[in-house]
Amino acid sequence: MGTAELLWNGLAALLTLFIFSFLYRDNVFYKFAERLVAGVSAGYWTILLYHTSFTDKVIVPIFEQQHYWYIIPSILGIMMWTRFSRKWAWLSRISLAFYIGIATGVALPIAMYASIYRQLQASMVSISLDWAGINSALVTIGLLCSLAYFYFSKEHDGWFGGISRVGIYTLMIGFGAGFGLTVMGRISLLIDRVLFLKDYVLTLFGA
Amino acid sequence: MAKQENLFDKMMSIDRRVIYLLLGLAVIVPAIFPFDVPVATTPEVESVFHFVDSLGTGDYLFLGVDYDPSTMAELHPMTKAILSQCFSQDVKVIITALSQNGPGMVESIINEIADQYGAKNHIDYCFLGYKPYPGIVVLNMGVNFKLTFPNDYYGASLDTIPVMQGIKNYTECAGVIDVCAGNIADMWIQFGNGRYGVPLALGVTGVMASDYYPYLQSGQIFGLMPGMKGAAEYESLSGYKTTGIRSMAYQTSTHVIILAFIIISNIGWFLSRKEEKKIG
Repeated sequence: MGTAELLWNGLAALLTLFIFSFLYRDNVFYKFAERLVAGVSAGYWTILLYHTSFTDKVIVPIFEQQHYWYIIPSILGIMMWTRFSRKWAWLSRISLAFYIGIATGVALPIAMYASIYRQLQASMVSISLDWAGINSALVTIGLLCSLAYFYFSKEHDGWFGGISRVGIYTLMIGFGAGFGLTVMGRISLLIDRVLFLKDYVLTLFGA
Repeated sequence: MAKQENLFDKMMSIDRRVIYLLLGLAVIVPAIFPFDVPVATTPEVESVFHFVDSLGTGDYLFLGVDYDPSTMAELHPMTKAILSQCFSQDVKVIITALSQNGPGMVESIINEIADQYGAKNHIDYCFLGYKPYPGIVVLNMGVNFKLTFPNDYYGASLDTIPVMQGIKNYTECAGVIDVCAGNIADMWIQFGNGRYGVPLALGVTGVMASDYYPYLQSGQIFGLMPGMKGAAEYESLSGYKTTGIRSMAYQTSTHVIILAFIIISNIGWFLSRKEEKKIG
């Protein structure tokens, strides 16, 4: 590891410790590191957007390639900025209407197909007397009972209360699995930082 | 007069700093005294590995590296393992970085793995970089890469890049593997698989994993690598071992501590409820 890399990694190690100091209580070192991250991210993204959106989609097509129809979306983009003026803010609604219309038109049929139709299809599978069949039966029972739990036009008592109770248990199993995976995810971040600090210290002392 | 705290109340109100300290120790101790944990592989990770393993010279794989440094702990190991497997099998890889803070990080990881295998930019792989609005990017790339990326990350025209000749869009690739943190995975499911029917596998963070298992069951994705465990499994299958397998010992020790705290607080809750009932 060269001197420059060692110094940069040293700074990274220091900032990691600054962030960890929040576990004890809020302090000036944590605030400094937190704001540094926010500032660097915002700056990086701004420059990236300038190059990938403004340069690639406005400057290059209009001024270099003479694709003048790009002026129309550019004007719509400029109209979005009129939101800062009370007098002209209504103009931004035209751009917004255009954007929402297109986004909804593109996304809605595909989202319906991928998130609802295909998921419904997956819950309507044949039930057999092997493990796959038992799994399918569990999925169908869990789905129906969970839906029953969210049906509020009938009181949840008697046989219907029993079904919705199974629905609650199904949901709780789902939340439990989600919680376990979340714990794994958060701990992974801690592990990564500890491994980084360990490797840095070992490098520093030439181990 | 304030109610005196009994043992059961204390069990349910442990100072959070004690928990942090013990969790910290649970991570530091395996760092000082390392131990190995066996990694059992699951069918959802095996199917991703076998899919990449089945590819050969001249095949194309589209790899979305759609995350940023905040989730690299979980996702870097699987990206590295997949890239190394592709380069070692001479599979051509087309890569994007659709997370706004990711491109610089993705460039560095590609360079690191490419250097290890002598893979060359524009010959063995092409890094397209970042463009905003991932949904539109995914939709456009299903028609033609050039609609969204007339140039690659380094500004070279796609028309002049050898690896991009003879391939128009990602449906002409053997498949798409998207390693991501955030809703870009939804764009791939809806547009990539839903609209264009491309075979799709996901590598996601642990937090996201439970949301994507239903897509595995419905067949909309053929494989799923959930968080660090998924990465460890992939490393174990591919033999390219970095921090995925290494971190499993740490995961085990911290999970034991968390389980202990859950058990202690639940015992405390049940016993204090029993006590309250007794008092009436």
